[in-house]
Amino acid sequence: MQFPILSIIVFTPIVTGLLILLIPAERKTEIRVAALAAGAFALLLSIWAYFSYDIAAGGYQFIEKYDWLPALGISYHVGMDGMNGPLVLLTGIVMFTGVLISWGIDDRPREFFAFLFILATGVFGVFVTLDLFMLFFFYEIAVFPMYLLISIWGWKVTREYAAMKLTLYLFIGSVVALVGALAMYVTAGTATGQWTFDMLVLEKAGFSTSFQTLWFPFVFFGFAVLGGIFPFHNWSPDGHVAAPTAVSMFHAGVLMKLGAFAALRVGIMLLPEGAKAHMWWIIVLTLVNVVYGAFIASVQTDFKYVIGFSSVSHMGLVSMGFATLNREGMLGAGLQMFSHGVMTALFFAVVGMVYDQAHTREIPKLGGFRKVMPLVPIAFIIGGLVSMGMPGFSGFIAEFPIFMGLWGYKPWIAIVAALSIVITASYIIRIIGNVFFGSLPEEFEGHVHDVTVLDKVALVCLSTVLVIVGVFPSIMVPMVESGVNYVLRLLGGA
Amino acid sequence: MSLDPTIFLPVLPEIMLLLLGLVVLVLDLVLPKEQRRNLGWVTAVGMGLVILFSWPARPVNGSTLVWGGMISHDWLSYTLTLLVIFGAGITALFAMDYEELGGRGEFYLLMIASTIGMAFMASAADLVMLYLAIESVSIPLYILAGFFVRDVKSTESGFKYLLFGALTSAVMLYGFSLLYGFSGTTAIISTSRAPGLGPTILNSIQNDQLTPIVLIGSLLLVLVGFGFKISAVPFHFWAPDVYEGAPTPVAGFLSTASKAAGFIVLIRFLIFVFPIGVTQWPVILSALAVATMTLGNLIALTQRNIKRLLAYSSIAHAGYMLIGVAALVVLPTIQEDAHAMWGITSVVYYLIAYLVTNLAAFGVVAAYGRVVGSDDVTAYYGMSRRAPGLALIMMVSFLSLAGMPPLAGFFGKFLVFLAAINAKLIGLAVIGVLNSIIGLYYYLTILKYVYLYRSEDEDKSIPLSRAYKLGLALLVVGIILIGTLISPWYNWASTAAGAMF
Repeated sequence: MQFPILSIIVFTPIVTGLLILLIPAERKTEIRVAALAAGAFALLLSIWAYFSYDIAAGGYQFIEKYDWLPALGISYHVGMDGMNGPLVLLTGIVMFTGVLISWGIDDRPREFFAFLFILATGVFGVFVTLDLFMLFFFYEIAVFPMYLLISIWGWKVTREYAAMKLTLYLFIGSVVALVGALAMYVTAGTATGQWTFDMLVLEKAGFSTSFQTLWFPFVFFGFAVLGGIFPFHNWSPDGHVAAPTAVSMFHAGVLMKLGAFAALRVGIMLLPEGAKAHMWWIIVLTLVNVVYGAFIASVQTDFKYVIGFSSVSHMGLVSMGFATLNREGMLGAGLQMFSHGVMTALFFAVVGMVYDQAHTREIPKLGGFRKVMPLVPIAFIIGGLVSMGMPGFSGFIAEFPIFMGLWGYKPWIAIVAALSIVITASYIIRIIGNVFFGSLPEEFEGHVHDVTVLDKVALVCLSTVLVIVGVFPSIMVPMVESGVNYVLRLLGGA
Repeated sequence: MSLDPTIFLPVLPEIMLLLLGLVVLVLDLVLPKEQRRNLGWVTAVGMGLVILFSWPARPVNGSTLVWGGMISHDWLSYTLTLLVIFGAGITALFAMDYEELGGRGEFYLLMIASTIGMAFMASAADLVMLYLAIESVSIPLYILAGFFVRDVKSTESGFKYLLFGALTSAVMLYGFSLLYGFSGTTAIISTSRAPGLGPTILNSIQNDQLTPIVLIGSLLLVLVGFGFKISAVPFHFWAPDVYEGAPTPVAGFLSTASKAAGFIVLIRFLIFVFPIGVTQWPVILSALAVATMTLGNLIALTQRNIKRLLAYSSIAHAGYMLIGVAALVVLPTIQEDAHAMWGITSVVYYLIAYLVTNLAAFGVVAAYGRVVGSDDVTAYYGMSRRAPGLALIMMVSFLSLAGMPPLAGFFGKFLVFLAAINAKLIGLAVIGVLNSIIGLYYYLTILKYVYLYRSEDEDKSIPLSRAYKLGLALLVVGIILIGTLISPWYNWASTAAGAMF
């Protein structure tokens, strides 16, 4: 038997989370060290898994399969391919840096890390699972701790409202998708006599076109709610803003990818004909996401809301790339999930650092932070350049193929979508100018300090990844491409 | 004529329960007043032993009819018998430290009597037996609900339960008499299992080719009685008032064991008495399910008393289980395969999960309310700081009620919806999943009070007796095991369901 690396990655966080609960609550340093160790361990394993994936061979690797409930065809079945490989790596990165950023949490850190790690297990699980039942199982495990993390440790002003709104939106999405998944299971079982939740089998079930056309919207939108698709994106900026820093990082960086990934994995890959029938209006909706999201971001005065809406805009690009159903678009979307995940984690980390010092996020009240925390603006500018899709950074290699794919579909859509880049540049530059440059307001004089060493480590990690992927795209592009090839085969070799 | 001792085997659990009742009765006489709370230990341990020694009574030979066709000895009745005995044992643990309840022997005796009735209810194979069983469940429960004679609310609760119960029971009896009148027999279960016995109601109905309207009429009358037992809308009005007034452990017992027994009777009746294929069946049951879960959930949203909230939530859960029942009546008409019994399997699995989960919820409310002296939701503000362990158990049980993995409720709901979709009741499944979101909202609201809100009493800790600790620990382990190791539980539920085919 081969080394069960994916299972270890999936269960390391939750096991650590439960062990942390056994440490006495007042020994906060031990709790943090344990959390950091688990984060580092999961990161190393995901890096290892990522680089030992054999791109030439392609397909699903590191497969593990154990029967769970054979009577219904439910099994614990995980595997890694070119699509979810980068996402596992992303989760490892965000988890590790999230622990670093959360070092300063002083109110019940034990419970905080326990919930955060339960969430991380759910996220890893959704990415690697190949069983439809397991996917829902992990999905709900990933979503629920969010409620507690936001409502207990979040921003006091809106946390109750935002946490409830987020949870209800996401659960409505997931149960609607669940109905679609059960319909697939029953239809495939009745037709073939093989009752199974195994997605590798369901892919070959050969659902009729009318069935696919009927159920695709249920499944796709059920999950795309978590991907922040218009008009169901409303929970996301509120949720981001109310969440504590590490949770915002997780939320925007990883959790929203969960939605987009599941919409791809279950929606597009299991119901390809349905995807073809519905793609045109999904592209229109995501176009609204991209342009409208960027526009709303540019008129916000709250630093965190700007980043929150920028996530809506960028995640729109991901869904849009998937909806083109062509090679370039999907390749770009796959890369954008990783690139945006790291970038937005970086952004939220910076927002958190500024807020911790200034205790306000109103952009007009801030200024001159370059003087007190010199490393932070550098990191933010790198993130900003990624966000604008500047060559040399990961954003370029992700967004450029998406626009190519859109051009291949309908040139005018690519042109309209490209407007978002201009708007993005406007709000990023405005933040850089107003928050980091200019003069430090008097009331902050002597009250704001530089960030801690751990914060710096986190920022350096995140920005390094963005630059490396931008300069050496070959460490990620071939892998995602192999994943896209698999999807394209399901779509009929388009 | 010699008596074959093996004929006692099918009723072994009931016999042991009777002996346990006698032991409690005698001990109640000899024990001094201050030691009588230990009767709770006697009952709980006794129930545990009954479960253990019931093993020889399992239906190894498949389903059989015994005692002259009065009792059906099959996996469904065996499963439910163990389930209600478990529920009663846990209730005894929760009750023993409850003031004015745990120190009185008659409480335990009444509960045991009611449990015997439930066991017979699950296995009744004849109208007369069924009616006797239902009454022997109900009458002790009327007394238990009104156990606190000095408390106006408790008295009201007992009296209300009695009035509603007597009325619906009379209507149901009228339905029974109609059925008897039409068919000339009281046998419910088909004769192929026990040759030599007379024809069943179903045989006679089919032979005489009665018009559907007559069948539907008597069906509706019978359904009134069952609807009352499982607190389905529109026969649910008693539940909130009775739960609110009754001693909390009794309310927990009412909402779990009594409801479980009602569901098993409903399933048995649907399969054996009313011929599958009456076209109105799925419509009636779907309407019942939709009304029950939607009304239960919507009214639960506005409740400010935790016991009333749990009452409406338990009404909503009856609605989810009715989805499985509706799937059960559709299926055999549209397909003939092993998956046709998913309807029953899902209900049985849901019952197991629900019984364990809801008992835990009521256990927390009993343990907390006993000290705090209030069941108002405001009393739960800041509970996580007063009693962190209790708050954690409350979170586990409420999340399980909401259907969150990896807890028991998730797979229960999953199976029910699967059964519905398999039966092509897609609209019903969609309404069901949307209802579960409403449920999530009010469960989360309570958890918000528990974890987020502050109160002035945060420094006053909540003492937990050993009985509560043991009972709650058992239930929490159960909730997690049923939610993660689903295979053995599913196979058990599936075996029980197979007994019906």
